[in-house]
Amino acid sequence: MRSSVLKTICALAVISVLAGASPAAFAGDAAGAAKPADAKLTIPILLARELRDIQPPLSLLDMAPADDGVSGAKLGVADNNTTGRFLNQEFNLDVVENPKPEGLVADVAAKVAAGSKFIVVDASATTLLTLADALKDKEVILLNAAAPDDFLREEQCRPNVMHTAPARSMLTDALTQYLVWKKWTKWFLVLGTRPEDLAYAAELRRSAKRFGAAIVEERTFQYDPGSRRTDGGFEQVQQQIPTFTQGAKAHDIVMVADEGELFGEYLPFRTWDPRPVAGTAGLTATPWHPALELWGGTQFQNRFKKLANRIMRPLDYNEWLAVRAVGEAASRKRTGDFKELVAYMRSKDFELAGFKGVKTTFRDWNGQLRQPLLVVTPKMLVSVSPQPGFLHQVTELDTLGYDRPETRCKAYQPSK
Amino acid sequence: MTRIQTAYATTLALGLLAATAAPASAYRVFVSNEKENTVSVIDSEKLEVVKTIKVGQRPRGIILTHDGKRLFVCTSDDHVIQIYNADTYEYIQNLPSGSDPELMTLHPSGNPLYVANEDDNLVTVVDVEKGAILTEVPVGVEPEGMGISPDGKVLVNTSETTNMAHFIDTETKKTFDNVLVDNRPRVAEFTSDGKQLWVSAEIGGTVTVIDPATRKILAKIAFDIPGVTKDAIQPVGVRITKDTKKAFVALGPANRVAVIDTATFKVEKYLLVGQRVWQLALTPDDKMLFSTNGTSNDVSAIDVTNLKVLKSIKTGRYPWGVVVTPN
Repeated sequence: MRSSVLKTICALAVISVLAGASPAAFAGDAAGAAKPADAKLTIPILLARELRDIQPPLSLLDMAPADDGVSGAKLGVADNNTTGRFLNQEFNLDVVENPKPEGLVADVAAKVAAGSKFIVVDASATTLLTLADALKDKEVILLNAAAPDDFLREEQCRPNVMHTAPARSMLTDALTQYLVWKKWTKWFLVLGTRPEDLAYAAELRRSAKRFGAAIVEERTFQYDPGSRRTDGGFEQVQQQIPTFTQGAKAHDIVMVADEGELFGEYLPFRTWDPRPVAGTAGLTATPWHPALELWGGTQFQNRFKKLANRIMRPLDYNEWLAVRAVGEAASRKRTGDFKELVAYMRSKDFELAGFKGVKTTFRDWNGQLRQPLLVVTPKMLVSVSPQPGFLHQVTELDTLGYDRPETRCKAYQPSK
Repeated sequence: MTRIQTAYATTLALGLLAATAAPASAYRVFVSNEKENTVSVIDSEKLEVVKTIKVGQRPRGIILTHDGKRLFVCTSDDHVIQIYNADTYEYIQNLPSGSDPELMTLHPSGNPLYVANEDDNLVTVVDVEKGAILTEVPVGVEPEGMGISPDGKVLVNTSETTNMAHFIDTETKKTFDNVLVDNRPRVAEFTSDGKQLWVSAEIGGTVTVIDPATRKILAKIAFDIPGVTKDAIQPVGVRITKDTKKAFVALGPANRVAVIDTATFKVEKYLLVGQRVWQLALTPDDKMLFSTNGTSNDVSAIDVTNLKVLKSIKTGRYPWGVVVTPN
């Protein structure tokens, strides 16, 4: 009797061992007989969203959807999981949203305590810094997908922050290279009054100096935007813009610095002199455009549309890149080990395909993703920067934004 | 015409033929023009376009049946494969293909057809006789390259965003192994003896050579061209001569075709062709190689024996795929 009980226990033990092994055995079927079956690996990714109080844009077409960015992160997780299926890796996305910075920090801290390590951040620069400092002793990497501010990459850089959002300086350099190639080098700069407008204007001045354009006239647009959606308004704008732009020194192009989109869209086709408009309205630089079809972009756009039922916006793309960077590292390194993955993402061996025709990689001096940027009109791709002829000793992509010798980031230890 | 004159004319014609006929006979080279919705037909001896066929929208992958009688064109934006008579150039029928077909390959027996559906993360298996989809095999994100082993037992598909070569058993129609390669794999090509599988990685800038029996990586080939930036070296098309000695790799915007010794995996030579060179095709006698140069709207004709580019042949806009008749 006793021996039969023992036998039963033994048999049960064998069964349980088999049961325990069965997922791995299935994985072995997928991951192949050539390698030992990997144990199932789950990598959680957290998206931290600060619900900022942002003025709606001038055009109804530009209204941000409620899932702006979130759907890009979701597609990234779906793409990671399609690959993960073959490697027995699973990614999941958790989203925390909060309108208050301190609330968001508390939400994220709770998730970190529960095991989150890879955090995609859609927040203002100041909230991102607060988050980075609050989590500085934790095993956490923050992937900035939204804030373009250069100080986050430079004097205020943090070792636990990497950036898939292009820096403002990269955007102005990308646009300027194209304008210089066009020989539209005499600029009439029109800027808003908000801090981000001033920052954009400052980067435009730097880009102009760097690539050989000149600002011949500068005017600040004082404007109380008031209500966005009205039944009237064009009559006044039609009068106001020509008057405002009248009598400027001879210029090739009007450059507008209005990141909040409070008045920039009013400039094209309404200026006193018949001149094109570029900057934050008219011809712009962006990491992504919903009409991009090059380099397999069509399939990527289709996949996104199927998932989100809308077109892909730049924030979606930035968040997709952030999630894919983690997925790419995990599939190459076959591990969920935080230190190993982050070290690999920062190494020169890491490369990520982002539908830009060339690999995208992280700058080792400040964690900024280097990538080609698109120069676009609202409906079409016009060009891709860096422009041919802007040479660089390491990679032409480093002609966009602050380069290694210029960086003011001290917190990063360059990898060897 | 008198009898003597006829005889003289015949002799003259024969003499001319003897003088120009270096290869036994002319092959025809079919080139899909992605932006023009046409297929250019090139005579492999005259090296000129002899016919332009109007086809469906966004033609990309293009193959011939093994008897050379029917031409299959992936018309990606129509989401079908169109079949044309390869001699009369008449449209015959559509094959169902699944969404957004891009590249395809036929089983060595001539049936079924395996199609990469870039939008759906699937490989679709199509019975070409019945014109019906047999099954779908789930693979990685953006399936692209399709290679089949000479014995027809193993199908390899590459997935551009998953960065893998998926090994599919053609009997069970299931993946049995997946090999990670560099970023954005495009083309998978077996050697004629089935001992090597070559996989190009467009963004990674490399070609991975895999042993199909063990799925171990035998070599990773990188390219270095003086005066060409690393980012411009984007390997896509791969073709290997029947004697398995020489491999050709199209390097995209580097505007070159690399010639590689398959024994040493060393690059012997870079052949300067047109702009953004993507797909390649060899003539059945391995004497000529044709490359599609998308941005310059032409095809380069390459003498394989002497490794010389003979001519650029103007085609339609954005030539993409290329296939040569078997006889």
